[in-house]
Amino acid sequence: MRRRDLLAALAAIGPLTVAGRVWAAPKAPARLLVVFLRGAYDAANVVIPVSSDFYYQSRPVLAVPRPTALPLTADWGLHPALKDSLYPLWQAKQAAFVPFAGTDDLTRSHFETQDTIELGQSVQGARDYRSGFMGRLAGVLAGSRPIAFTDQLPLMFRGGPQIPNIGLNSVGKPGIDARQAALITQMYQGRALAPAVTEGFAVRDEVYRSIAEEMTQASRGAVSPKGLELSARRIARLMRDEFSLGFVDVGGWDTHVNQGGATGYLADRIGELGRGMAAFADEIGPAAWHDTVVVVISEFGRTFRENGDKGTDHGHGSVYWVLGGGIKGGEIAGDQIAVSQATLFQNRDYPVLTDYRALFGGLLRRMYGLDAGQIAQVFPKAGNAKDLGLV
Amino acid sequence: MEVAAKELVPFLKDTYHQGRPAFLACLALLTAGLLCAAAAPAPDLLLLDRVTWGASTTSAARLRAMGPEKWLDWQLHPTPADALPAAAQAQIDAMTISRRPMADLVIELAAQGRAANQMPDADQKQAAQRAYQQAMSDLAKQAAERQVLRDLYDPAQLREQMTWFWFNHFNVHQYKSDIRPMLADYEDRALRPHALGHFRDLLTATATHPAMLRYLDNAENAAGHINENYAREIMELHTMGVGAGYTQQDVEELARILTGLGIDPRPEPPHLPPALQSQLVRDGLFEFNPARHDYGDKLFLGHQIKGSGLAEVSEALDILDHQPATALHLSRELAVFFLQDTPPDPLVRRMAQTFQTTDGDIAAVLSTLFHAAEFTQSAGQRFKDPMHFALSAVRLAYDDKIILNPAPILGWLNRMAEGLYNHETPDGYPLGSASWNGPGQMALRFEIARQIGSGSAGLFRPDEPNAADHPAFPVLQNALYFNRLRDQLSTTTRAALDQATSPQDWNTLFLSSPEFMY
Repeated sequence: MRRRDLLAALAAIGPLTVAGRVWAAPKAPARLLVVFLRGAYDAANVVIPVSSDFYYQSRPVLAVPRPTALPLTADWGLHPALKDSLYPLWQAKQAAFVPFAGTDDLTRSHFETQDTIELGQSVQGARDYRSGFMGRLAGVLAGSRPIAFTDQLPLMFRGGPQIPNIGLNSVGKPGIDARQAALITQMYQGRALAPAVTEGFAVRDEVYRSIAEEMTQASRGAVSPKGLELSARRIARLMRDEFSLGFVDVGGWDTHVNQGGATGYLADRIGELGRGMAAFADEIGPAAWHDTVVVVISEFGRTFRENGDKGTDHGHGSVYWVLGGGIKGGEIAGDQIAVSQATLFQNRDYPVLTDYRALFGGLLRRMYGLDAGQIAQVFPKAGNAKDLGLV
Repeated sequence: MEVAAKELVPFLKDTYHQGRPAFLACLALLTAGLLCAAAAPAPDLLLLDRVTWGASTTSAARLRAMGPEKWLDWQLHPTPADALPAAAQAQIDAMTISRRPMADLVIELAAQGRAANQMPDADQKQAAQRAYQQAMSDLAKQAAERQVLRDLYDPAQLREQMTWFWFNHFNVHQYKSDIRPMLADYEDRALRPHALGHFRDLLTATATHPAMLRYLDNAENAAGHINENYAREIMELHTMGVGAGYTQQDVEELARILTGLGIDPRPEPPHLPPALQSQLVRDGLFEFNPARHDYGDKLFLGHQIKGSGLAEVSEALDILDHQPATALHLSRELAVFFLQDTPPDPLVRRMAQTFQTTDGDIAAVLSTLFHAAEFTQSAGQRFKDPMHFALSAVRLAYDDKIILNPAPILGWLNRMAEGLYNHETPDGYPLGSASWNGPGQMALRFEIARQIGSGSAGLFRPDEPNAADHPAFPVLQNALYFNRLRDQLSTTTRAALDQATSPQDWNTLFLSSPEFMY
């Protein structure tokens, strides 16, 4: 049975309670996908401060030359590896960048700062490690359909309603076949776990059906996407049809050594990420893309100056991306300052002028009409949400 | 595998009035060959399910032979004679972690890491750094494989469960800094020897172990450069529990008390003024460096602590050990682990009382728990976390046939998001069912049931290049099943099993059944 048929069938007999939540029509059709670049991507070499001479002085080996960078504004340029993927979205005003974004966590530790962001709690005082901000958001948004596209349920999604997770790179044909699934479902009839079992098989089948379509296309000679692009297309189909709150993480950004400039390691990774985001926008289709917001974040930026190994070390401020078919993009958003030695944080990193919680808070207010109290549930003690006017 | 609580009711009605450990009394009758109550479910299975990593034919026979009271007493007080089978011990003996002390490994790897960082050529540097990371990961994997072998085959099953429990309670995450080469020693010397001993010893052992000092940053905590991380988590997670009435001031004072407790890999002692030299303590990588200690007086949880060096730590840990909140916090955590998500308050209070009257004797606290009527009443309520699910399946399927490669089990645990040493944050893996029985998790669990049930799944192919797979097949329809487990299945489950088309299919369905989840 197709998942929607199942839901339709059950809807006829009243609201479907799955794992303690009532699935109902969402209040708003808005979809939110959070993409976490784990390892701290070198933002300054992706959204490039082209008007800053200090940038070129600080990165004699790594800097992306002015003529090579794709023009964004008078002050900023985009990495050339994003020419055919992200840049067209920018030109269509479906992409915005928020420089000087990040956290107030000063540990410069990947683990600590990733935890800080995922928890969405104050770095002062006791923290509840069982409660992440997307989990709390899923609790606030009745009717949302959350899912983590990861092998493990991330910290960010803990503590809310029960949320499924599924790693998309390792998804293959399920080993449990339809007959076994039916027998297993039968064994759980009337037990407390029955809804979770039913839902589990439904999500699994949904994901696999998406993938099976892909395989059919591939077998007809279509070029099959790989890596992140493949995952992004799978995510797009699932978010188009079924899920409204998504999370995925992408690793490989901790470029201490030999990261390259206009070409090289980081250029390849960022190119792959850009193709992934463009593939997501393409696959989800114009209607759903219009109601979708993708936020790309990372735990911190990297040192503004290159190190002795043609790489960069752990820094502070980053550049976040906001993408979506209906956003007011084509803008560099949020508070900004001229990029110079004098404005560096601790004379080494970008400062943080836009806190991640303020940014998300502002987006959530616009996307879902959340009030200050609801935003405070998602980000307790976070200060005011910041409306960057992007949605 | 457990039976539903309601099925126990007749049994409890018949025996509970005795006001004594009902099921143990009943079990004594059972093992003496007498019937204790018609239609009585299987309290011995409950005991096996909770005290061990999962019932197996051998463990059930041992319980039956000894009688439940003696068996439980043995599990609570294992002796060094309870050794692993030779085939399992040989695998552990071959590991680097068994042959070389932690300090040597850590120091050697640190040198390898430095050398990698000094490579002039960037590509060579990257390759060398990768090799360094791999060397660290190999040691973590050895520790994990050793743990799996012990969990499957050590006769002292309760000790092995408690070793996992305490690791989780005093959690460290393998991927922080250089913790990977420290894991084996942390588990073996800080936790396992005290797993059923006195809680106070666990506090000292963890507070002086490099893995903990690294993980919670106390190695960075020095007079004038206070790092509160460890101090906060000792109170919040390790002892009293969040909201137990301590203040931020107490955290700060404890952080001051802990200054100077750290790690020093250098062979030569630090240079110290003569007045401080007698205060220096070194043991392997552990060092108490008096020059980094804040010698001012402290006020901690209402107690005046004179600035005196390392003795302050001892004093502070004593104070924490004796807090009623600590006894309650630990008792509740143990009851959640062994009984159910929300254990009855009266039982938790009785366990806490035992904790306080026995000076934190963990075996005594567990004895209170296992002898409680509430324990019997909790039948069918402890949903297996991924650890219990995977290990109980392998124990039941292969009994005492020793696996040759634990790596597939590590893989399953990682896929089910409860990988060994893999929880990032200091709170450890959650113990409640809700964290493990979500829709995606159930579907994945059935996939893993199929992998375990369909064949040897790589467990009998040694982890070496070109190794041959030794023949093995999971036999779940074994003596334990026919003698005991089959009777516990609901008619619905039996009806589904009857439709199995092959032994593989039967295994998959059985390991996916609701009865096997508890």
